[in-house]
Amino acid sequence: MASPESAVNGPTMTAGAASKSLRNAFGGVIAFIILVLIGVLAFSIRLFSVIKYESVIHEFDPYFNYRVTQFLSKNGIYDFWNWFDDRTWYPLGRVIGGTVYPGLTLTAGTIWKVVNSLNIPLSVETVCVFTAPIFSAFASWAAYLLTKEVKGPGAGLTAAALLAMVPSYISRSVAGSYDNEAVAIFALVFTFYLYIKTLNTGSLFYATLNALAYFYMVCSWGGYTFIINLIPMHVLLCIVTGRYSSRLYIAYAPLVVLGTLLASLVPVVGFNAVLTSEHFASFLVFIIIHVVALAYYIKGILSPKMFKVAVTLVVSVGLAVCCAVIAILIAVVASSPTKGWSGRSLTLLDPTYASKYIPIIASVSEHQPPTWPSYFMDINVLAFLVPAGIIACFMPLTDSSSFVILYIVTSVYFSGVMVRLMLVLAPAACILSGIALSEAFNVLTRSIKNRKKEKENVEKKPTPSKTEKRLLVLPLEASVIAVLLLVLLGAFYVVFSVQVHCVWAAAEAYSAPSIVLTSHSNDGGLHVFDDFREAYSWLSHNTDVDDKVASWWDYGYQTTAMANRTVLVDNNTWNNTHIATVGTAMSSPEKQAWEIFHSLDVKYVLVVFGGVVGYPSDDINKFLWMVRIGGGVFPHIKEPDYLRDGQYRIDAQATPTMLNCLMYKLSYFRSDFIPIHKTDGKGFDRVRRTEIGKKHFKLTHFEEVFTTHHWMVRIYKLKPQRNRIRGKTKKSKSSRSVSSKRDVRGKRNPWH
Amino acid sequence: NEQLAIPQLRQSSYRHETPPTNPSRRCLHLGYFGGKRLHKISWSAPKPSPLTRSAPMAKLAIFFTLTLSLLPFLSHSFSPDTPTDRRILVLLDDFSLKSSHSIFFTSLKSRGFDLDFKLADDPKLSLQRYGQYLYDGLILFAPSVERFGGALDVAAVLDFVDSGHDLIVAADTTASDLIKSVATECGVDFDEDPSAMVIDHQGYAVSDVDGDHTLIAADELIRSDVILGKTKIEAPVLFKGIAHSLNAANTLALKVLSGSPSAYSANPSAKLSSPPSLTGSAISLVSVVQARNNARIMISGSLDLFSNRYMKSSVQKAGSPSKYEKSGNEQFVTEVSKWLFHERGHLKAGNLRHLKVGETGEPAMYRIKDDLEFYVDIFEWSGNSWEPYVADDVQVQFYMMSPYVLKTLSTDKKGLYHTSFKVPDVYGVFQFKVEYQKLGYTSLSLSKQIPVRPFRHNEYERFIPTAFPYYGASFTTIFFFYLFVFFLVIKTRFAGALQMAGFFIFSVVYLYNNRMVGRPPFSIL
Repeated sequence: MASPESAVNGPTMTAGAASKSLRNAFGGVIAFIILVLIGVLAFSIRLFSVIKYESVIHEFDPYFNYRVTQFLSKNGIYDFWNWFDDRTWYPLGRVIGGTVYPGLTLTAGTIWKVVNSLNIPLSVETVCVFTAPIFSAFASWAAYLLTKEVKGPGAGLTAAALLAMVPSYISRSVAGSYDNEAVAIFALVFTFYLYIKTLNTGSLFYATLNALAYFYMVCSWGGYTFIINLIPMHVLLCIVTGRYSSRLYIAYAPLVVLGTLLASLVPVVGFNAVLTSEHFASFLVFIIIHVVALAYYIKGILSPKMFKVAVTLVVSVGLAVCCAVIAILIAVVASSPTKGWSGRSLTLLDPTYASKYIPIIASVSEHQPPTWPSYFMDINVLAFLVPAGIIACFMPLTDSSSFVILYIVTSVYFSGVMVRLMLVLAPAACILSGIALSEAFNVLTRSIKNRKKEKENVEKKPTPSKTEKRLLVLPLEASVIAVLLLVLLGAFYVVFSVQVHCVWAAAEAYSAPSIVLTSHSNDGGLHVFDDFREAYSWLSHNTDVDDKVASWWDYGYQTTAMANRTVLVDNNTWNNTHIATVGTAMSSPEKQAWEIFHSLDVKYVLVVFGGVVGYPSDDINKFLWMVRIGGGVFPHIKEPDYLRDGQYRIDAQATPTMLNCLMYKLSYFRSDFIPIHKTDGKGFDRVRRTEIGKKHFKLTHFEEVFTTHHWMVRIYKLKPQRNRIRGKTKKSKSSRSVSSKRDVRGKRNPWH
Repeated sequence: NEQLAIPQLRQSSYRHETPPTNPSRRCLHLGYFGGKRLHKISWSAPKPSPLTRSAPMAKLAIFFTLTLSLLPFLSHSFSPDTPTDRRILVLLDDFSLKSSHSIFFTSLKSRGFDLDFKLADDPKLSLQRYGQYLYDGLILFAPSVERFGGALDVAAVLDFVDSGHDLIVAADTTASDLIKSVATECGVDFDEDPSAMVIDHQGYAVSDVDGDHTLIAADELIRSDVILGKTKIEAPVLFKGIAHSLNAANTLALKVLSGSPSAYSANPSAKLSSPPSLTGSAISLVSVVQARNNARIMISGSLDLFSNRYMKSSVQKAGSPSKYEKSGNEQFVTEVSKWLFHERGHLKAGNLRHLKVGETGEPAMYRIKDDLEFYVDIFEWSGNSWEPYVADDVQVQFYMMSPYVLKTLSTDKKGLYHTSFKVPDVYGVFQFKVEYQKLGYTSLSLSKQIPVRPFRHNEYERFIPTAFPYYGASFTTIFFFYLFVFFLVIKTRFAGALQMAGFFIFSVVYLYNNRMVGRPPFSIL
């Protein structure tokens, strides 16, 4: 690979190798310093959450990862591998060791162990909180290496700087966001770098490293299937465009063999590495590349005439064999109901699949397709630079630049299907924008330089070298102005604005831990809503260790990690029936719900209610998903019963089924007394902005035991079965008055 | 065996809100203050440990001293260790009942009960003082009372039952709404017609005057030795009073004495204008209820059933040749009251334990396919001591949403029940469950949670014979691959040998890992 710089330096070659190597060394030192600074930037821009809030684990899944890491650091790797968790998915339990991607946990556990063996007493939580920022620095450096392989160090540095502060990536890797993606993006970019490096060098050493990096990616994230499909696609592209070389073979074949062997060592993948359709593309291309290699080999040793004969022979035999193999493959694949694809993969191939068949995947907000503004929010100005980058990659088109093009095209598609895959798009967008910016600078600075030289050497050397002639050369004035504009633009718009934007995004939009919420009051004061932790700590202090807590699955991980109580369902949505059972209970009337919960030994029911403070992602807003998921398994729950004329409402117009279901009752119980302005005992819901439909009702089978300060989390206890069964006779007048007296006397809750 | 106390069962979690089953008075009291009230305090603050509280601690200390000083006085009362009632409050319409029903009362006194007679409208009436119940049982022989005196009302009576105490209610034609509503709350519906009585033109008791057939010689008794005693009640039971019915869905209530098929409930002095609402064996004359907390309730439609007159009278059922010198009333009432006051049919179970075969000590978790042994102790209260309960129908469930194992326990006739079984090939959080509900006996419901885990990675079979062809195939492939590499590479370059060594090491490591996983490669294909 001749870097553009050396082409520019062409005329000065005669000035001596010494000055050039000095310059290179100088450039290397500067590049190194810049890289360190980029790493510092990537790390520090993600610390807003710690500064603004506290060093706390965010969101939902990170709590599970944190709990697993705690277990790992306490019990060691073998117990982790064999961990059967009886505190979740009650009563089924979950084999954690065999169902998690252990990469993140092992990474953080290793860091913790190393740091502690150096006598630096960091807690597991601290290590977990800062894992993501550390790995985003690594990811920036990996992006530098990858882009350097494609378009030289200048583009690499730009790409690394952009990746360090692209909002999309920040959103998943702020301090405390201890999720698989935190390390997986680094692993993804690094694997791609090693693939390109192998492709450029043809070295078996890098090919082996590549397989190891792929192994790390498989350990870390289910998104590894992206790698094992993208690389075969690229190989196929190279073969089809006649770019087959031994380097390509070395880059690909060891990866498939070693990578598949290594991947099957990860318990959660296991035999899926050879059995599921996600991996078939790699094997198919593996066969193709061998056929092609053989063809090239035979072509080399045979005369053209003999080769023609051989081709006809091989093609006829090969076709027959291929047909047989394909027929077997199709038969095998067609025998499985989902055609061998997992639900999530099918969702990627057919974006409407989940909403049609798997409500549980469609119900997750990060599985929704993104909206247009989210592209500008998440990758900002990079969205405009990407096309320029693609053009730059075509001049000239190399093996590596075609890979980058393929990467951006596929990731744009995937990000359009699921908003969480925006994260895969972010590195690609940064690499291409880096290439675009650096190419633009290259062209413009070169123009300036050449024009100057031409003016000096106008009489001396009338014929510049051939390579130079083909390069794009702009008029001096135009290029000077363009450079200035670009710098200015870069300073004020690209770098500055992106940075301001990124800093803003990092500080405001993506740093909220979602377990602690804040709001600004009119006078600029800050109000903190710490209701979740309040509720979980209530649970952990006031309930028995073996009590079971039922809630919608969103809060499962947090309940097990923070309250240490057994839950029925959690965010690892592996058992649809169990979730549907909980959904059914939540959408059933009180008595049926009590029976369902009682049969599962549930003691407490936890609901999240935002109607008082206007917290929109509460259970009432998620409720239709509970109905859908529950109805998917238990057909007596029908979605239209909960909708009035197709509209979801909770006011007086709501259907009786809606107003009598458990979720409504638990959410709005006593909320007609909400002690907040604007309500005046009218039961005003601040999220739905409406007056609730049913007020002043009593609970017969549940009793309220705890409601947090802002009413965001409400915990109910199942009443025990009645001690006596009443007779059929209706209460006479005297006994009614007696019993109402009794109610007054038996009042236990001060809020009744 | 003194350790076999009920509090050992898994009921502690109920302590905060509901009083536990049949607790001793002391425990209940402390549970109330120490548990529920403080439970409220701890809403905002973390639950303080009893030793670190200051103000509540002082209160607690006072109660401890109080209860300790009261201990000698309370020691003869009802407790889980001696479940028979001791102190009984008898509420009467007027004190003449005391002599007219003296046989019944004397039999109670002779069995060691401490009877406290009071008028039902006594203004000082109270069941509890300072949150402690003063009585273990209540007999309501006051059918016509419209309103109890003092602090007593329907709710107080029901709370009394709900905290595990026993109750006898006797009604007759004068039964007030108050008495009827107590019965209704317990699951018994008296005939709504206030003038109706049970009439039986076939099964009436023969008497000198041909009356209106409201004095009934009832002999439709429940077939249960535990309720009615082992000696069969030969003579019919005389009954004159009102009918009641039970809800068919009510699993807690039992008809002890039911009407014959020809009985019906109507006003005897009026002409029947419409079919009576209660007829035949739907009519219950005397019922018992065992509440979920094992409190026992007896409801009779006749107060005269308990009277000396009926007990002493001779009886002949219409159409029956046999004439008895003495009615069955005395035996019936005595036996039912023995059951009612927990002198019979009261079981306790505890010491649920399990262990892996060949090990001592209870494991925290089982593995699938483990062999385990299960033990439970069950004793029956004989009135003054705990005797081993012997039955062949006690079962244990190994339960996870549904029973995976259901085994009948064998007993050593010393109260110890035992069985052994293999843990099913399913992992999850299981429960050992003993659910024992037998007619007349206290219902036992014990459970103990135990997780069952799958095999560890190194617990699988190392080599499966059926997979030998696959092992053979992989080793042959490896061997010929080395041969191939050897001839292709070793001749040209020494480095090739190194590479080959590398491959060899890698393969060994891989195979070793596979061995560790325990699943031979491709065996599931």
